[in-house]
Amino acid sequence: MSRKFRPVRATPLGWVIWAVVVFFFVNLAGIVLSVLVSSFGKKWFDTWFPSGFTTQWYGDAWREFTLFHVIVVTLLVSALVVVLSVLVGAPAAYVLARKNFPGKRLVYLTFLLPILMPPITYGIPLATVLYKFGFAGHLSGVVLANLVPSVPFVILTMTPFIEQVDPRIEDAARMLGAGTRAVFLKILAPLLVPGLLASAILVLVRTVGMFELTFLTAGPDSQTLVVALYYSMSAAGIRAQQSVDAMAVIYTAMMLVLLVVALRFVNPTQLVARVKEEPSE
Amino acid sequence: MSATWQHRLAERGVDRRLWLLLPATIFVLLLFVYPFLYGLSLSFQPAEGGGVLANYDKFFSDAYQRDTIATTLKIALPAALLNVLAAVPIAFRLRGRFRGKRLLTTILVVPITLGTVLTAQGLLNYLGPTGWFNRVLLSLHIVDDPIRLTNNYWGVFFSLVITGFPFAFLLVLSYLSGIDPTLERAAATLGASRAQRFRRITLPLLAPGLATTFLLTFVLAFSVFPSAVLVGNPAGSTRVISLAAYQAAYEQYDYSYASAIAMVMGAVELVVVAIVLLWRSRLYTGSTGGKG
Repeated sequence: MSRKFRPVRATPLGWVIWAVVVFFFVNLAGIVLSVLVSSFGKKWFDTWFPSGFTTQWYGDAWREFTLFHVIVVTLLVSALVVVLSVLVGAPAAYVLARKNFPGKRLVYLTFLLPILMPPITYGIPLATVLYKFGFAGHLSGVVLANLVPSVPFVILTMTPFIEQVDPRIEDAARMLGAGTRAVFLKILAPLLVPGLLASAILVLVRTVGMFELTFLTAGPDSQTLVVALYYSMSAAGIRAQQSVDAMAVIYTAMMLVLLVVALRFVNPTQLVARVKEEPSE
Repeated sequence: MSATWQHRLAERGVDRRLWLLLPATIFVLLLFVYPFLYGLSLSFQPAEGGGVLANYDKFFSDAYQRDTIATTLKIALPAALLNVLAAVPIAFRLRGRFRGKRLLTTILVVPITLGTVLTAQGLLNYLGPTGWFNRVLLSLHIVDDPIRLTNNYWGVFFSLVITGFPFAFLLVLSYLSGIDPTLERAAATLGASRAQRFRRITLPLLAPGLATTFLLTFVLAFSVFPSAVLVGNPAGSTRVISLAAYQAAYEQYDYSYASAIAMVMGAVELVVVAIVLLWRSRLYTGSTGGKG
């Protein structure tokens, strides 16, 4: 029955849309490939391809930019931000999903604002405050700054997951004598694992890619990969462009792995609207 | 009535479980509200003396600084609009279940991983005067001289489209999947054409989601900073407001002035957000018939 209304042939508009999409992706592939080719290329001036291929730029990038240290910092910052934002955000998401209380809208708005504001806007005053108290320039400052958009993000992504858990399950557990602690650890936590994973992975991807806040608060020893990349590129001329290309390729490979992992746990079509794949009721 | 004050509070929703909100509230007060208010008050204490509003006066009376607002909006608004408008027809074709949907969605989302710097390097390599794009145009004799697409407005615009589109697409697809397809089928049984179904059923249900998507994409585009430096013309046509704020803070070390610029930036952005939200509130906001 429903088949009848599904488009079998693409309409003229459909062809135009797909043509535009293909054009976009051909160019995008060109953009990515040009970096990839360049990162393996020897000399490349006014020709279609470099004069030869080499892997030396990866070695150069690894040594010159102390990439090992930078990657360790990136992973450390991201891991700390993920753990802390889940610990702080998940309980708040629980309250906001389950309860009505006076001032709820105000609280909700306060949590929403850091996501609605451009990072530079609150990043500059935040960095000033963090410098005042001696956090900025160190790992702790970078972690604190990155928590600002991450905690609200956890709250927003967790809330629909919590709303899906039937409150009667909790009530039943309480009736049977479970305390708040037991309800949380034995009932809610296992049911919320998908939601926790989803928000944790999304925060991880965001933090690895977050430029502005890290840029404003990092010292020389606390740069993450994006910031180190930016510095190496904006200080062009000092280093070979190809080793910047190599570093950009390493960054993208890392993000790609994270995204593929994320897509295994998060269904991208269920980010904002909770649609059950199987027919309900 | 023997209800104690505790019971009365509990009836309004105030009970011990509210304590769970405490860590997040303390956190947002300490790391967001306090720095913001600190920056606001700092912006009224100009480093060079003068009146309370001296920083704001300095910003708005200097055309080089003032114009950064228009420059930013000229880049961010079209980029955000294009990303949302392009996402709708593509997401529309990808809803429902079919073979290869996951693969196609993944391909469309992958540009999220590129990051500003790879995008910037790629744009410079690919669209530059000796890049592949110009080479193809030249060898097909479409143009006689390489066209300039980097180190100007277009470079930044392309970089915002590349990084912003996958994000807009994901959100639109997600909102679109939340609309119950049986509504459209019902309209079809009643004889509505494809165009009518889209205009009268899908679009009104999707519009609030589109407004939200536009907002989030706009926020991303509005704070454009690294790409404005790397593929743009940071002294001229792409001198965005975040660059002005950054220069005041970290090149002139005038945190008071930098805070003032950050406040102006936030205010301009919030005006756009408010306009969109106001428009959104006039739209249909009920259930989209999703099966959730």
